[in-house]
Amino acid sequence: MTSVSVRDLSLNFGAVTVLDKLNLDIDHGEFLVLLGSSGCGKSTLLNCIAGLLDVSDGQIFIKDRNVTWEEPKDRGIGMVFQSYALYPQMTVEKNLSFGLQVAKIPQPEIDKRVKRASEILQIQPLLKRKPSELSGGQRQRVAIGRALVRDVDVFLFDEPLSNLDAKLRSELRVEIKRLHQSLKNTMIYVTHDQIEALTLADRIAVMKSGVIQQLADPMTIYNAPENLFVAGFIGSPSMNFFRGAVEAKDGRSFVRVNDVAFDVTTYPAHTGLQPGQKVVLGLRPEHVKVDEAREGHEVHQAVVDIEEPMGADNLLWLRLAGQSMSVRIAGQRRYPPGSTVRLTFDMAVASIFDAVSENRL
Amino acid sequence: MDNMVASNNTLTAYDKGPGRITAGPSGRKPRRRLSRRNIIVYGTLIVVALYYLLPLYVMIMTSLKGMPEIRVGNIFAPPLEITFEPWVKAWAEACTGLNCDGLSRGFWNSVRITIPSTIISIAVASVNGYALANWRFKGAELFFTILIVGAFIPYQVMIYPIVIVLREMGVYGTLTGLVIVHTIFGMPILTLLFRNYFAGLPEELFKAARVDGAGFWTIYFKIMLPMSLPIFVVAMILQVTGIWNDFLFGVVFTRPEYYPMTVQLNNIVNSVQGVKEYNVNMAATILTGAVPLVVYFVSGRLFVRGIAAGAVKG
Ligand SMILES: Nc1ncnc2c1ncn2[C@@H]1O[C@H](COP(=O)(O)OP(=O)(O)OP(=O)(O)O)[C@@H](O)[C@H]1O
Ligand SMILES: [Mg+2]
Repeated sequence: MTSVSVRDLSLNFGAVTVLDKLNLDIDHGEFLVLLGSSGCGKSTLLNCIAGLLDVSDGQIFIKDRNVTWEEPKDRGIGMVFQSYALYPQMTVEKNLSFGLQVAKIPQPEIDKRVKRASEILQIQPLLKRKPSELSGGQRQRVAIGRALVRDVDVFLFDEPLSNLDAKLRSELRVEIKRLHQSLKNTMIYVTHDQIEALTLADRIAVMKSGVIQQLADPMTIYNAPENLFVAGFIGSPSMNFFRGAVEAKDGRSFVRVNDVAFDVTTYPAHTGLQPGQKVVLGLRPEHVKVDEAREGHEVHQAVVDIEEPMGADNLLWLRLAGQSMSVRIAGQRRYPPGSTVRLTFDMAVASIFDAVSENRL
Repeated sequence: MDNMVASNNTLTAYDKGPGRITAGPSGRKPRRRLSRRNIIVYGTLIVVALYYLLPLYVMIMTSLKGMPEIRVGNIFAPPLEITFEPWVKAWAEACTGLNCDGLSRGFWNSVRITIPSTIISIAVASVNGYALANWRFKGAELFFTILIVGAFIPYQVMIYPIVIVLREMGVYGTLTGLVIVHTIFGMPILTLLFRNYFAGLPEELFKAARVDGAGFWTIYFKIMLPMSLPIFVVAMILQVTGIWNDFLFGVVFTRPEYYPMTVQLNNIVNSVQGVKEYNVNMAATILTGAVPLVVYFVSGRLFVRGIAAGAVKG
């Protein structure tokens, strides 16, 4: 049974089409992250699900009920916004209870729910304060509380953490994950922060200009990106791309990039590679081994350009095949600029894309 | 310790001896009161202020003199003998046309015109502006364009058609008719004012309220109104002064017994019978202008306080 289901959803603002025949099914209790760059239509999709935007075409089901034309309050959703959107003239307590009072829920029940939500989010000491007297993190907690008291099955988050500083963001991220584990309700979470997406999601939907590029669990998205866009969008620093052509020799397959031929015989789908085919070879920075020559792996020489020590990791920027590439190694291994390193590649975890269709091969 | 002082004071970097470290400038940078810039700025302000205050001074002085003293001449001289007779006469006895009960009748007429017109126009315009800003209904753009165009049509063009409309409605010449006219004429500018203000409030607040289940009126009264005190004060100042100072509509759309204060003032000042009583005229003018003046003073302070108290910010 699906919790939220979007069928052939289209939305346009005048002549501008933001979403075009989008389909999405979200399971009960699933944490789905909508990830994409600015302006790709994430908020628009979320607002459609919430009922804050009238769809141009298509249907939306929540708990198998067609809610396409229903008011936001009747859809069984709670929503948290990027700007907190707390009612400035009301105390925290009032902010939490406003929706319940509008719905004419009896006062004892309201008190009970407000108490429970404020305990879960640890905001009891703040109940009598106005939003202007709270810090950013506290405000966002209250905003989450406002969704919590509604006692709904589906939570919608629109970039709830992007107004917070880095430390608070990671704290609240953990808290949201904990909340999801204890409440077990469906969450749809919009962000353009890939760390949030990878850490929180059961499944990630990567979006680009209103189209879902790939919908999969975080590890699949990370290790087996469906196309060039997803591969480049996920990962920091991003995947190294080498544009070249396929060559075959002595029963082995190679991707030739300028003067370097990468042996890709261990790539799972290498038999599908046609000699002469233009491809893009993608290598994650951590999938490159430095000075760890192994039996049966070919070795390439490269020169260190820049070293970026990051504590746990050390990031090397190298020149190979006439372009710059990044390599991640353990923090204690240091290579001053100018040193020569010997690289080996694990092609079993590499990605190869067709240069024309940009899809994974 | 010495290091701390030095880091607060760049000049001491040039001082060699440790004993002289505290000798350089410290604390707030002194500003010369009589700099050329200040003289120009304050000089201009004082001249302009005097230019506007002088007529008021003359009026008040003249209104406190008796007629014999006025005939003597110097309009700037303070009264030798203060008398409130002109004020009493202006308020209660001055003659306009047939009746001789002074400005008081006009004052009450103006009150009865201004209060309902202000309240109704602000109430309607704020709801209009709210609907236009937040509930982009079908045809909202067209409606708004028409409203704005309405603001630029000269009043004079519309006077006669309105006379006919009011006559057909049976309210021509009454206070009700005038209230309707003022309400309608205030609509474009006030709607624009409110629409822009509401459009400037965070949109997510409105969305949050909708998710919370609040409808059109609940959002208006519970969410929007409490955040909008400053703009209501601005609208009130605009309307009260505008309607109170109106002359044209007052003459055209009402009968003599309903004339607003401005029209009566004109009739007193311009009455051709008898001698010109300058002191009474001055007193009458000040009385008429007092209401907008009071509104400015009282609500202007309220307005500033409203902003300072964070009524605008979240
Ligand atoms: N009211 C509107 N009228 C016209 N175009 C709009 C409107 N709202 C959004 N758009 C357009 O729709 C597209 C998607 O907007 P949306 O707000 O969904 O982006 P987003 O993915 O949430 O981006 P961000 O990460 O910046 O929030 C954008 O190109 C935007 O310009
Ligand atoms: Mg957005």
